[in-house]
Amino acid sequence: MVADVSSPPANNRPRRVALFVTCLVDLFRPSVGFAAVKLLEDAGCTVEVPPLQVCCGQPAYNSGDRTTTRAIAAQIVEMFEGYEAVVVPSGSCGGMLSRHYPGLFDDEPAMKARAERLAARSHELVSFLVDVLGVTSVAAHYEDVVTYHDSCSGLRELGIKQQPRRLLDSVRGLTMREMSTPEVCCGFGGTFCVKYPEISNAMVGEKSADVAASGAGTLLAGDLGCLLNMAGKLQRDGNPVRVRHVAEVLADMGSLPPIGEVGRQR
Amino acid sequence: MQSTSRNFHHNVEDALANPNLQDSLAKLKVGFSERRRQAVERLPEFEALRDAARDIKNHTLANLDFYLEEFERKVTALGGHVHWAPTAADARRIITELCLSVGARTIAKSKSMISEEIGINDHLEAQGIAPIETDLGEYIIQLRREPPSHIIAPAVHLTKDQVADTFLEHHRALGFTQRLTERSDLVAEARHVLRQKFLDADVGLTGANFLVAETGSSMLVTNEGNADLSNTLPRMHIVLASIEKVIPTLEDAAVLLRVLARSATGQESSVYTTLNTGPKRSGDLDGPSQYHVVILDNGRSSVLGTDMQEMLRCIRCGACMNHCPVYGAIGGHAYGWVYPGPIGAVLTPQLIGVEEASNLPNASTFCGRCESVCPVRIPLPKLMRHWREREFERHLTPKAVRQGLALWSFLAQRPKLYRLLTGWTNRTLALFGRGEGRFRALPLASGWTRFRDFPAPESGGTFHAQWARHGGARPRP
Repeated sequence: MVADVSSPPANNRPRRVALFVTCLVDLFRPSVGFAAVKLLEDAGCTVEVPPLQVCCGQPAYNSGDRTTTRAIAAQIVEMFEGYEAVVVPSGSCGGMLSRHYPGLFDDEPAMKARAERLAARSHELVSFLVDVLGVTSVAAHYEDVVTYHDSCSGLRELGIKQQPRRLLDSVRGLTMREMSTPEVCCGFGGTFCVKYPEISNAMVGEKSADVAASGAGTLLAGDLGCLLNMAGKLQRDGNPVRVRHVAEVLADMGSLPPIGEVGRQR
Repeated sequence: MQSTSRNFHHNVEDALANPNLQDSLAKLKVGFSERRRQAVERLPEFEALRDAARDIKNHTLANLDFYLEEFERKVTALGGHVHWAPTAADARRIITELCLSVGARTIAKSKSMISEEIGINDHLEAQGIAPIETDLGEYIIQLRREPPSHIIAPAVHLTKDQVADTFLEHHRALGFTQRLTERSDLVAEARHVLRQKFLDADVGLTGANFLVAETGSSMLVTNEGNADLSNTLPRMHIVLASIEKVIPTLEDAAVLLRVLARSATGQESSVYTTLNTGPKRSGDLDGPSQYHVVILDNGRSSVLGTDMQEMLRCIRCGACMNHCPVYGAIGGHAYGWVYPGPIGAVLTPQLIGVEEASNLPNASTFCGRCESVCPVRIPLPKLMRHWREREFERHLTPKAVRQGLALWSFLAQRPKLYRLLTGWTNRTLALFGRGEGRFRALPLASGWTRFRDFPAPESGGTFHAQWARHGGARPRP
């Protein structure tokens, strides 16, 4: 892949970046992490993966356990100090680092300052490529009609909407077809999906119907949690739509088996 | 109103199994949000107005005592009366005494969520006073003896056919023996029946969208004009409002009105906007001879100055519930009390206790759509999270969740042990899932697999295992 990195000026662009893999990518879909590394390297970055990184702390944060959240956040802040940028292939975990960490340390000025420095350097993968590195196209090939789900945190906390669409536009063979409500939540919500399974099911059922109605053969999004949820529902409904993380397609790794499938390729 | 919030899970099952409700919700989800979107698109300064509206409410809340006293001074100078009600019981007592003082038999009510909050209708009926709801939606649910399911569209959970059946059942005795099928005919029949009720009423009881401190006016917006008949025809007008409804000036009201209707229904302005300023003056052709304002606290003042204060900015437009996918799935009744949707999930624990309403702030994915449309920019997910923190501190979080969380948190703070365990989990799931790439059932994951397949991990090990195996680089094909 040859990335077009015409702007902003090369000397301002971060070179040494850390990848925050996220716990779901680590466990379920390592390819998303490797796709992220490839996209970053192609755009001229050196990628490091701090080895002892675990989770961003959202399960505790969203369950009201502030003490544990702070302990985990402090661990992450410590681990990711010293990099020019921290890149996350998830709007949800990216938003946790960049929008929520500083507020955890309101009563600890020194720690708060460190959390703010991390927050300012943390980016979701696709917005980092487009908004920070100025990537305008990718050299990838994916022969299918694609629909894109805007995951909530990426969309509403980080303003990610056009960036993935702009890059997907440059993928050869790919046709974009929007579903009717791409901005409505899929019903994942972390622990929500198992604490309130009936409501979650109603939400993902509607999303699955919307995806099917779009006529697309592939569903993409930027968050693995949402993708596992939607893939699981589409497959339970017997819907043959392929589900993938957007990074896989952008990194020209679209020949991997889709999420929740083996063998079947595109 | 008696809460059923404790039975949230049960309420949800009922709601999801109710085809009429699901029909109505399908329409609501598209209708309200689409109309708001169009209205916002037509007003380029809408985002700036949201900031201004937020600032007005923040300023008022920071000086609430001053503006409430100013409002009282103005009302008194006009010949009206302000009554302070610290609790719901106080408000019920004050209103009942006022009604009894004029020997009231029936009262015409225009829509008021505060009146639901204090349960005034049942209380008045027990005293032999008949409250008649005059807002069409409220009238319908009063006939059916149901609570409202939405703060601005109380009967939104019903289909037209259900309304037709209700009218036939209740209006038959008044001579309306034909079952109607057209919307306009249903409205005409309700209007006909209600007209006489307005003329007969001894007291008009209304809510207020705003109390204007500068002029001592109460301000009401409706689309049906029923509030105007409620507050001009009877000889006594009682306004029931909560403390956070006060705003400083008419200028401020103008700003808030510009965001209110657009956020609520997508209208530029509601059909009727009415200011009531004191009782009938000598020379006025009509109006009530007595004007009373009952101002309710009911636990609100205790959030002033805390990190929950922002909930008091709410102007009750309903946009948060119109855009909430959880509300869209289960409707308003499932929340179990007066205020549903995201604002209900924040207000209800404050008003009836977090023990009773513990499910409400948890039943959210934090998708943030509510906050993104709130005309006064209330950070609803943040406030729901604050409630979860209170629950966690007070050990109200369900035991299974606490135990799971404790185990996870133990591991998340021990990265090497965590790696070992994720490596094992990854290999096991990948091995057993290698046939189909997913599971239809999985031990300990029935909450997921009841409705969804569970995708198996890719083969080859975790990301970190593979990264280490390749010496800190990605595997290349």
